[in-house]
Amino acid sequence: MSTTAHVHSPAQRAREEYRRRQTVLSVLIAAASTAAVGTLLAVAVTGAPGWDRVRQSFLDPRIARDALPRVLDGLWLNVRLLVCCAIGALLLGLLIAILRTLRGPVFFPIRALAAGYTYTFRGLPLIIVLYLLTLGVPGLRLQGMPSVLVLGGLALVLTYSGYLAEVFRAGIESVHPSQLAAARSLGLTYRQTMRHVVLPQAVRRVAPPLLNDVVALQKDVGLVSLAGPIDAVRAAQIATAQSFNYTPYIVAGVLFVLLAIPLIAVTDQVTLRAARRQSGG
Amino acid sequence: MDVLRCRGLRKEFGGQVVLDSLDLTVAEHQVVALIGASGSGKSTLLRCVNLLEELHDGTIELDGEEISAPGVDPDQVRRRIGMVFQSYNLFPHLNVLDNITLAPRRVHGRSRREAEDRARELLARVGLAAKADTFPDRLSGGQQQRVAIVRALANSPRLLLLDEVTSALDPELVGEVLTMIRDLKAEGMTMVLATHEMSFARDVADQVCFLDAGRVVESGPPEQVFGGPTQPRTRQFLARIIEAGRL
Ligand SMILES: Nc1ncnc2c1ncn2[C@@H]1O[C@H](COP(=O)(O)OP(=O)(O)OP(=O)(O)O)[C@@H](O)[C@H]1O
Ligand SMILES: [Mg+2]
Repeated sequence: MSTTAHVHSPAQRAREEYRRRQTVLSVLIAAASTAAVGTLLAVAVTGAPGWDRVRQSFLDPRIARDALPRVLDGLWLNVRLLVCCAIGALLLGLLIAILRTLRGPVFFPIRALAAGYTYTFRGLPLIIVLYLLTLGVPGLRLQGMPSVLVLGGLALVLTYSGYLAEVFRAGIESVHPSQLAAARSLGLTYRQTMRHVVLPQAVRRVAPPLLNDVVALQKDVGLVSLAGPIDAVRAAQIATAQSFNYTPYIVAGVLFVLLAIPLIAVTDQVTLRAARRQSGG
Repeated sequence: MDVLRCRGLRKEFGGQVVLDSLDLTVAEHQVVALIGASGSGKSTLLRCVNLLEELHDGTIELDGEEISAPGVDPDQVRRRIGMVFQSYNLFPHLNVLDNITLAPRRVHGRSRREAEDRARELLARVGLAAKADTFPDRLSGGQQQRVAIVRALANSPRLLLLDEVTSALDPELVGEVLTMIRDLKAEGMTMVLATHEMSFARDVADQVCFLDAGRVVESGPPEQVFGGPTQPRTRQFLARIIEAGRL
């Protein structure tokens, strides 16, 4: 394992020089081909007969500037909902997955309830859960009723935790029984085995699909606007109705993509790392 | 003083009898080697002793206390028994040091400092001090298996169960693990090991038990079992082993 200064042989230096040239070359080729495709697309789109009409009704900079503050306000709601619902759904999903793995007859009712939960909320369309909670529950006129926003968030958490629980459970079951045997043979209790041996491995393995579901959740949080609260898409819709111009939708779309980029980038990173670990790197 | 006493053990898997009125006694500081054909019940016996399998009859005593009695907490028993598996079973998400200190810290309530000091000392003794921060997938098979043995030793077990700990290893890596087991014997560790390495069994064991269809057919000092087996089944088995060039 000595790391003494090593002078590369001419063969190695030639190899490195070659690799460097190849890298420069491929960057140049990529840049050139991107420019060519971009130009072609731009010419084709702007040269189309209806381009001027489309530009006026979808890409009006003045209307975009006017709509931006309101759409941003709506987006802030999306972000807050996303963060709260993602955390809530991940925790609830994990809890339900763990409940489903409990063994022994004592836990039969809990297991059955947890299983029923995942079946129900994976089967029910989100819109129905949303309407039931935001329109049905307030109809009960109970004391201390939470706001429609909280109820809408709850609908998202309930639905998504059903999916996430199944992802977590797949991860838990993918941990080989020999790992459990090894942990138990060291004297760890079932709980300690779950906590220190099974769950860390399970969560690492399913991190990519979990994050994927969070990306999907990011798009679904906007559905709470069906019950009243104004999110980015709803704000854009209102602005569109006022200006008879579709530009606000484009503004909202661009903002959504910008918001998603960091999350998707993290997902890709995690997926890549998991794949590398799988291949024994 | 007997560390382990098994009486009339019976174990079935779906109607198939895998252990059949099996008796086994292991005295303190003794090394017992279990030999026998594949499927004769060696692994099952070790797993039963570690209460990883449910018994269908018989009793197991550890230091005179019946651990197979109803109401005995298996977690309490397993703390006092170390077990090492053929496939190492190190925890892939923990580095070598954390693999070794997990049980001392969580089960035996040692402080991190205390557990790590002892782990490093044990690692140094088997020449793996430099690997403390390495993850299992970066170790050779022999190194992984030595870490697995250290992990079992870190609990200071009364009894160490070794299930074919060299079977998954390349021939040139077998030696380093066997050396480690020899050293353990020299230190007085009480061990039961299932093995296909007859020369090693002959070399290290105080007593050899030949298992056939879930029964101890023949047992005694290695010279006796290997040199002058009295039972036809033992002779057959050894003849096959010699034919395969493994004795
Ligand atoms: N979990 C199980 N379910 C069903 N049958 C099992 C199970 N474990 C072991 N057996 C059966 O019990 C018998 C004994 O298996 P065991 O693993 O104890 O043999 P062994 O002596 O360790 O063999 P080897 O030398 O190949 O490791 C075999 O016939 C095996 O098929
Ligand atoms: Mg076996």
